[in-house]
Amino acid sequence: MVATGFGASVKRKEDPAFLQGKGQFVDDIHLPGMLHAAFARSPYAHARVGRIDKAAALAVPGVHTVITYADLPESVRRQTLPLLVPHPAIKQAYMPYALAKDEACYAGEPVACVIADSRYIAEDAAQLVAVEYEPLPAANDCRAALEPGAPLAHAGAESNVAARFPVKVGDAERAFVTAAHVFRERIHQHRGGAFFMECRGAVACYEAPAQSYLLYVSSQGSHRLKRCMLDMFELGDHQVRVVAPDVGGGFGPKGSFYPEYVNVAVASRLTNRPVKWIEDRRENFLATHQERDQYWDVEIAVDAGAKIIGVRGQLIHETGAYVPWGIVLPWITATTVPGPYVIPNFKLEVVSVFTNKIQTTPVRGAGRPEAVVTMERLMDRVARELKLDRAGVRARNFIRPEQMPYNVGIIFRDGRPVTYDSGDYPACQAAALATADYEEFPRRQAEARGSGRYLGIGISNAVEATGLGPYEGATVRVATSGKIVVYTGAAPQGQSHKTTLAQIAADQLGVDYDDVTVVTSDTAGISLGIGSFAARTAVNAGSSVHLAAREVADKAKKIAAGMMECMEDDLELADGCVRLKSAPDVRKSLREIAVKSIGMPGFSMAGGLPPGLEHTAYFTPERSVYSNGTHVAEVEVDIETGAVKIVRYTVAHDCGRVINPMIVDGQVVGGVAHGVGNALYERLVYDDNAQPVSTNFGEYLLPLATDVPHVDLVHLETPSPLNPLGMKGAGEGGTIPAIAAIISAVENALAPFGVTIAEAPITPQRIVELLGPAALGRTA
Amino acid sequence: MADTRTITVTVNGRVCSREVETRLTLADFLRHELNLTGTHVGCEHGVCGACTVLVGGVSARACLMLAVQCDGREVATVESLADGDELNPLQQAFRDNHGLQCGFCTPGILMTLTEFLRDHPDPGEAEVRDVLSGNLCRCTGYQAIVAATLDAAKRMRGGA
Ligand code: FES
Ligand code: FES
Repeated sequence: MVATGFGASVKRKEDPAFLQGKGQFVDDIHLPGMLHAAFARSPYAHARVGRIDKAAALAVPGVHTVITYADLPESVRRQTLPLLVPHPAIKQAYMPYALAKDEACYAGEPVACVIADSRYIAEDAAQLVAVEYEPLPAANDCRAALEPGAPLAHAGAESNVAARFPVKVGDAERAFVTAAHVFRERIHQHRGGAFFMECRGAVACYEAPAQSYLLYVSSQGSHRLKRCMLDMFELGDHQVRVVAPDVGGGFGPKGSFYPEYVNVAVASRLTNRPVKWIEDRRENFLATHQERDQYWDVEIAVDAGAKIIGVRGQLIHETGAYVPWGIVLPWITATTVPGPYVIPNFKLEVVSVFTNKIQTTPVRGAGRPEAVVTMERLMDRVARELKLDRAGVRARNFIRPEQMPYNVGIIFRDGRPVTYDSGDYPACQAAALATADYEEFPRRQAEARGSGRYLGIGISNAVEATGLGPYEGATVRVATSGKIVVYTGAAPQGQSHKTTLAQIAADQLGVDYDDVTVVTSDTAGISLGIGSFAARTAVNAGSSVHLAAREVADKAKKIAAGMMECMEDDLELADGCVRLKSAPDVRKSLREIAVKSIGMPGFSMAGGLPPGLEHTAYFTPERSVYSNGTHVAEVEVDIETGAVKIVRYTVAHDCGRVINPMIVDGQVVGGVAHGVGNALYERLVYDDNAQPVSTNFGEYLLPLATDVPHVDLVHLETPSPLNPLGMKGAGEGGTIPAIAAIISAVENALAPFGVTIAEAPITPQRIVELLGPAALGRTA
Repeated sequence: MADTRTITVTVNGRVCSREVETRLTLADFLRHELNLTGTHVGCEHGVCGACTVLVGGVSARACLMLAVQCDGREVATVESLADGDELNPLQQAFRDNHGLQCGFCTPGILMTLTEFLRDHPDPGEAEVRDVLSGNLCRCTGYQAIVAATLDAAKRMRGGA
């Protein structure tokens, strides 16, 4: 039998359906009698919402109802959407209502919901909802929003500060006094978005006889959505079921709870019909969460040998209009700054600020790429000032493998110290440099310059907390038909969990991975779940599947031992059977055992075992496990047009033991592409009134096949000691160091012109601007 | 209010007659009238390519075409590629090379490549990247798609 378990690059179970157009994405769900929703949204970034006249919209043939704040059920009017992760540092916890009550705080905030026979009609009518708006001054930039007298993002707020907190290690003030060199950088990082190819969407079906809601949502986690729904509607556990069908990309923002989901549920109940809402791309630009607006003002102190003594400074983080994830993002950013380097003294003052833009919540990388850009800009600065090799400066500051487990000294948001479990950072960088042929780069660069071409190389290192708790569970069940199913709250959006989790279960149960069906993200399948984000599923759900399948295997042996009148130790699982090791033909099939396991009416259960050939496990990680990686980018910059071409790209990474190498490669390469976009192309432009002006793919550029380089991959494998299979997360490691590496390479290419870069993204216009007229003069 | 016409379109070899609104896009016609939901809609403004189908053998963005424009014409969608459950060489190469993750962009990419490989049986990597630049994929970083395409071309040449 070909090995299909842990470690094998087996083909994906997901693919045959997707390749034939038989996926079931949310917009592919058709229910009898289904109606369609469209939203009237605030055209202003900040406005008082007055009288709403629905008459014209209601008059459109095919319109069933128009819902405004006043029409919502009492419990939904009374509460805002829930703040998912509260924290005492949050000073003002503004959250939106399901529909704007009397104030709209970003352009695109839903104000009314129109329900009609078709989406075409609903969209026609949404434009006819007449809302009296009184525009208010808008906060459009988080740094400006801190100035005295700045417009307030929320009328009546005490200020625009959402939260303020320090992150500290050692004594930074003292360290800076003794330093040989201190360098200061001011860095601006601009927001981008997830821009999954499938926009958001939901179908709600209120079942009157059972007084319960069934919701299909294109989401990264059904269980949290269910919890939010139970709170908003004040319902019992049995009254809401949430299912995530096939999900066309998520990358973070599909893990949030959005007002539209509440509205389709309300509409279904009001009309007694299923109701579907599918976001269009313009709405996606307006109303799906974004990320990455940050201003940094930081200093690094080093000794005469370029060893870091301390880093200190201020981080201004933009949360946008509301704080659905509390301070999760800026906190992750702050704790990611030290990365693979020994930083004995560290102090960062973090302030999270409201503006009148759509809120920022985790997008692939989740606050970490920003931290890496900042830290790696500082490392490049030290190298430049002290005229040292950039790789060498990093090498002399690495945490050594023998220092593992390494306590960074920072307290993470779960209250525990940030402690790296394992990893070999010097080896990782060395492997990347060797593959990128870093040593020979100066020759390549000099040669190119000889013919008027500007090559640059950039290095970046990152350490990433993955496999975050609290848990993700799995139920492994052998049905009396002999068919094996795994239920989990994990919610894939392309990460192939239906394949990888089947591989893990198959190993324990002695079957082929094709014999295991994985049912993800259905609240009726397993009672608790968290969802897929923060590169947590392999570690959490993977470990749970492993533990649950092992229990099922043990139980199968116990029952079979009774049936076959032998000792459990003489048995093994293989070919879908439990069989005698010494005589493999003497066997009981999993089907026979499953039938036995449920007992017979009127008879007592044999052997005192709980009924059913099944087990549920919730792996609860003690703390995060840390993946790491080094990226090396080599670019060519056209100094006349500012165009950047990535000519070579190397990733060395370590995500512990790997379930399916083919799938991990795909995750890493895909992550790099996202980083390429953030580094060079993706800019969400807002005008002075916080009005978004890049709301389509013509104005907001995603990287194309001609922009993303071929990525050379090097794998290192340091197993994590913190879970049974030694795994670490792999979903975000491609993105996190990429922006820093590319920016560093562009700066290196432009070194002859004295250009330094302290921002991301860096677009052609900006490069030409930074070069100034002198550069063009040189080529004239 | 709605202006309607009766149209007859041959979709994947099947003749389909329907009365449709004149403003109905080809993508919505395929997805919601004919229930061929393999054709995906990712932007509705002609950039992402997820909705790509072949009209008269030539690739077209189904979000930018009206159903009535296809009256009397032949349309091929992703559902036409496999023979029963048997994947065709392009689909098989995508599976073997991990050319898809979430699978949302995949139908449009397969249709773009179906036309491309028919006309360019032996392409180089640069040509493949160039033709793919009309389709957005947010998951894969394109590398595996390029590999799958080159692999498919090889199989199709060898198998002919
Ligand atoms: S949906 Fe047609 S090109 Fe994007
Ligand atoms: S596979 Fe997800 S967008 Fe291409």
